[in-house]
Amino acid sequence: MEWFKKAKSGIESKEKKNIPEGLWTKCTSCGEIVYSKKMEQLLWVCPNCNFHFRIPSRKYIELILDDGRLDVYDVNLVSKDPLKFKDSKKYPDRIKTAQQKSGALEGVTAGLAAIDGIRVSFAIMDFSFIGGSMGSVVGEKIGRAIERAIENRVPLLIVSSSGGARMQEGILSLMQMAKTSALLAVLAEKRIPYISILTNPTTAGVMASYASLGDVIIAEPKALLGFAGPRVIQQTIGQDLPEGFQSSEFFLEKGFLDKIVERKDLRNTIIKLLRMMWRKSVET
Amino acid sequence: MVDRPYLEFERPLVELEKKISDMKDFSVGESIELDSEIASLEKKLARLRKDIYSRLTRWQNVQLSRHPKRPYMLDYVKMITTDFVELHGDRCFADDQAMIGGFAKIDNQPVLVIGQQKGRNTKQKLARNFGMAHPEGYRKALRLFKLAEKFEIPIIVLIDTPGAYPGIGAEERGQAEAIAHNIREMARLRVPIVVVIIGEGASGGALGIGVGDVVMILEYAWYSVISPEGCAAILWRDAAKAPEAAEALRVTSDDLIKLKVVDKVISEPEGGAHRDPTATARLVKKEILAALKELQTKPIEQLLQDRLAKYRSIGEFEER
Ligand SMILES: [Zn+2]
Repeated sequence: MEWFKKAKSGIESKEKKNIPEGLWTKCTSCGEIVYSKKMEQLLWVCPNCNFHFRIPSRKYIELILDDGRLDVYDVNLVSKDPLKFKDSKKYPDRIKTAQQKSGALEGVTAGLAAIDGIRVSFAIMDFSFIGGSMGSVVGEKIGRAIERAIENRVPLLIVSSSGGARMQEGILSLMQMAKTSALLAVLAEKRIPYISILTNPTTAGVMASYASLGDVIIAEPKALLGFAGPRVIQQTIGQDLPEGFQSSEFFLEKGFLDKIVERKDLRNTIIKLLRMMWRKSVET
Repeated sequence: MVDRPYLEFERPLVELEKKISDMKDFSVGESIELDSEIASLEKKLARLRKDIYSRLTRWQNVQLSRHPKRPYMLDYVKMITTDFVELHGDRCFADDQAMIGGFAKIDNQPVLVIGQQKGRNTKQKLARNFGMAHPEGYRKALRLFKLAEKFEIPIIVLIDTPGAYPGIGAEERGQAEAIAHNIREMARLRVPIVVVIIGEGASGGALGIGVGDVVMILEYAWYSVISPEGCAAILWRDAAKAPEAAEALRVTSDDLIKLKVVDKVISEPEGGAHRDPTATARLVKKEILAALKELQTKPIEQLLQDRLAKYRSIGEFEER
């Protein structure tokens, strides 16, 4: 176990890429030009169109958890190359690049923390790590986060962002959906709350497993959510997709989200929910 | 059996078969010379067949799993069970014809059979949506799984799908949610579950009914995180690179045994299940019965513990 803050500086310098750099920031959604300092204040949410920029895991940790503190577990899990997979690049090289870019060994940061004094098991995915894809390590780290919730009898929070299962680990990646979902079944039997938080984008294998299995599922506004990617659907049906298709708002309207919550309100919403859902008197 | 060739690598076999068949028609009681000629051609055919099928590429293997004459889910139901009563609908939205389920007897024992069904001709293919289920298909499956659990009836799953359907309606009705729930619920169903991948096992569409105590696969079936075409389109940006993707993804029964994702490979007749569906079905039935017999000796709590442990342990990583 180590204090997350120790690693902070190392991660900060390498994770900038998700946030537009420079004095002025142009919103990638509406084109509005905003003073970057103001953007930072606004938690990287466009004041004009409410588009939520992708921000690094560390920012969510600061935003949601008490004192921005996470006691990190399982930092030493590293992917192997069970298929000896190669497309335009060898899989181990892809991993190395992602590690150098993110300063972490894999695409999930997980551990124990507190929110308004309530102890929780927390895990967050990093989209910049090979598209937030789920391979054996991501599945294992999410799995262990679920087990930590069970062992410590504390609520589980997972912040997802993912393009789906990691193709480079083939069928083993698909099986991580089964691993995580099976463990969530045990968590549910113990009547321990699980809040699933969806950020832009959460799709495919992750959406079709733990991201969809929260007791409460909340999403940031305007995130891309779904099973199949928009391009695949477009190719399959041979026509254009309706406006707003597969957005958080679409998901809410169709009944697959409990709530859309703006970034600045995430922490308070989670606290409110946990204060009501999680009373120690609830025993199995 | 004389066929028009469907797959390029079948062509020499089919041509030779046709030649033998023609000679046979012609030779009825005619000459001993012709008979010996036929015998030698038949030997040649056997050698050629062995040669071709013993070194199929992974892509050829995938093609074989899509052979239009390959037995489908309902063919197996017909061949290995009796008294099949199909049960329709998810009680919510619709009856998905791509997903079939119902009670049946196997060797006089009641079971629930579930699986994706493909169509043979154009009309059937459309009705079955090419074996690609919508959320209502997965919800029908879950409804029937719960029925089986309620009445303590073991579950047999026959998987054959190119994937869960990627369409507008499927997204509107929560394809991801439906699959996620099935996976979670299947992990804890209090009855034995035997899964057989009989053709294509593509992605979440397969896993959405694919969690089981014993998972078996037919020799020329495949199972993967994504179809070779889908993978090629994303990683190679060219669906025509599917053969390369099939190699890279390691999708064959042989690969899956090595990766410890399936428990057993059920062998097929030389040339594939469609060459002798009856013999294939006989073996499938035998293996299902053997698996059921073993699973039914386990107390339910043990069964659930083993099932959880099995999925808990899948994956390869290093802990530094
Ligand atoms: Zn904007």
